[in-house]
Amino acid sequence: MDFSWIANYWPLLLTGAWQTLALLVISVGLGFLMAIGLAFAQVSGGPFLRYAARGYSTFFRGTPLLIQLWLLYYGVGSLLPMIPGIRQSLFWPILREGFFFAAVSFTLNYAAYESEVLRGALLAVPKGELEAGRAFGMGRFTLVHRVWLPRALRIALPTIAGEVVMQLKATPLAFTVTVMDLYAVAYKVRQDTLLVYEPLIVVTVFYLVLTAIIARCFRIVEAQVPVRR
Amino acid sequence: MANAPGILELLSPYPPGWGGTLLWGAGATLAISAGAFAIGLIIGIGGALGKLSGNRLLLAFLELYTTAVRAVPELILIVGLYYAGTDGLNRLLQAAGLPPLEVNGFIAAIAVLGVVQGAYMTEVLRGAILAVPAGQIEAAKAFGMGPGLRFRRVTLPALLPNALPGLANLWLSVTKDSALVAVVGYQELALATRLAGASTKHYFLFFLAAALLYLAITLVSNLIFWLLERRVRRGQPKLA
Repeated sequence: MDFSWIANYWPLLLTGAWQTLALLVISVGLGFLMAIGLAFAQVSGGPFLRYAARGYSTFFRGTPLLIQLWLLYYGVGSLLPMIPGIRQSLFWPILREGFFFAAVSFTLNYAAYESEVLRGALLAVPKGELEAGRAFGMGRFTLVHRVWLPRALRIALPTIAGEVVMQLKATPLAFTVTVMDLYAVAYKVRQDTLLVYEPLIVVTVFYLVLTAIIARCFRIVEAQVPVRR
Repeated sequence: MANAPGILELLSPYPPGWGGTLLWGAGATLAISAGAFAIGLIIGIGGALGKLSGNRLLLAFLELYTTAVRAVPELILIVGLYYAGTDGLNRLLQAAGLPPLEVNGFIAAIAVLGVVQGAYMTEVLRGAILAVPAGQIEAAKAFGMGPGLRFRRVTLPALLPNALPGLANLWLSVTKDSALVAVVGYQELALATRLAGASTKHYFLFFLAAALLYLAITLVSNLIFWLLERRVRRGQPKLA
């Protein structure tokens, strides 16, 4: 075991960790907002919305993330330049990057999984509480944002923590589309130094530490919400 | 694009169409998944029984195995086990004075995914066994059944309804995780698709086709597991 390469590579490792974290935060943050919409579409939308949301989550949960990522990066990425004027636009430098495609596909994928979790949680909120809200004269929006959503989030919190960790474990796929994340750094170290296991071990420790931090954060959040047991 | 090949020609199962390559890749994906699922099931049964056996050394070892596999990203596990597995095997052969072996990518993929599946299976099966009412097993003992007969006649039929949803989830996740094998260079559906896209430049079409193939695998599996669950739950009172 030879870990002397860390001295030369630690700035790169930190950039990698930063990229991994950025992918995680973007996909979980935006994906979560999407998931709320998708979950409500399934629970209380009309027939069209309901089918659309169910179709969305079936597609994204029924196909591998790697295929979704490659469909976006290679597929959509090769179609994008055909849009007239896009190369001159302000966004082209972003649209060219693998990071953009990784962030988009991770977001869409996370939204699909999270929407199912939220759907279950929304249905698990006791009916009496919603009826009590309506009896108080709450409108639809007030009811959702004061009673239904907060209660559902509390129910879903432990599952959400698990989903976020799963999402963290999915981020190394970004290396297949040229994103310099933690795993890509390990790959580069392997190519430079011909060491196979040491970089993988170091990167694994990073992931474990991140997992522990996520678990800790969620435990703190869970402790904030009083529950009667 | 007047003389560019149409969608049907590109997807045709006969060369120069790439449909055959994709279908062959889908077959490889299914074969890898089935192999890994079977190995995982064997490891899982052993692991679950080991965890419940009460042997503390065995328990500590199995705990380490399931925790490590479930905490580390799948891609890293697959790449790490792939290199460690082939490397370790060759070192063993060298120590035994045998020539090094070129490990078949197909076998390596099955073994690696099987080890990953085994960790999850251990937990699913452990939970399912624990959920079997103790009275039923005691009744079997009271009737004088031996451990083998007891497992076959009482524990197994009683644990299957509890385990089946978890096993179904694991099957679906292994069909999707098998795409990661593409990263170490074995040609299953994901890699076959990338090759088809790279040589025709019709990436979007081929990846969409591959996605639909995976989706078809998922939907058909769902149906099969639904039928299986109905079968193992026969005679159970219906919920609500």
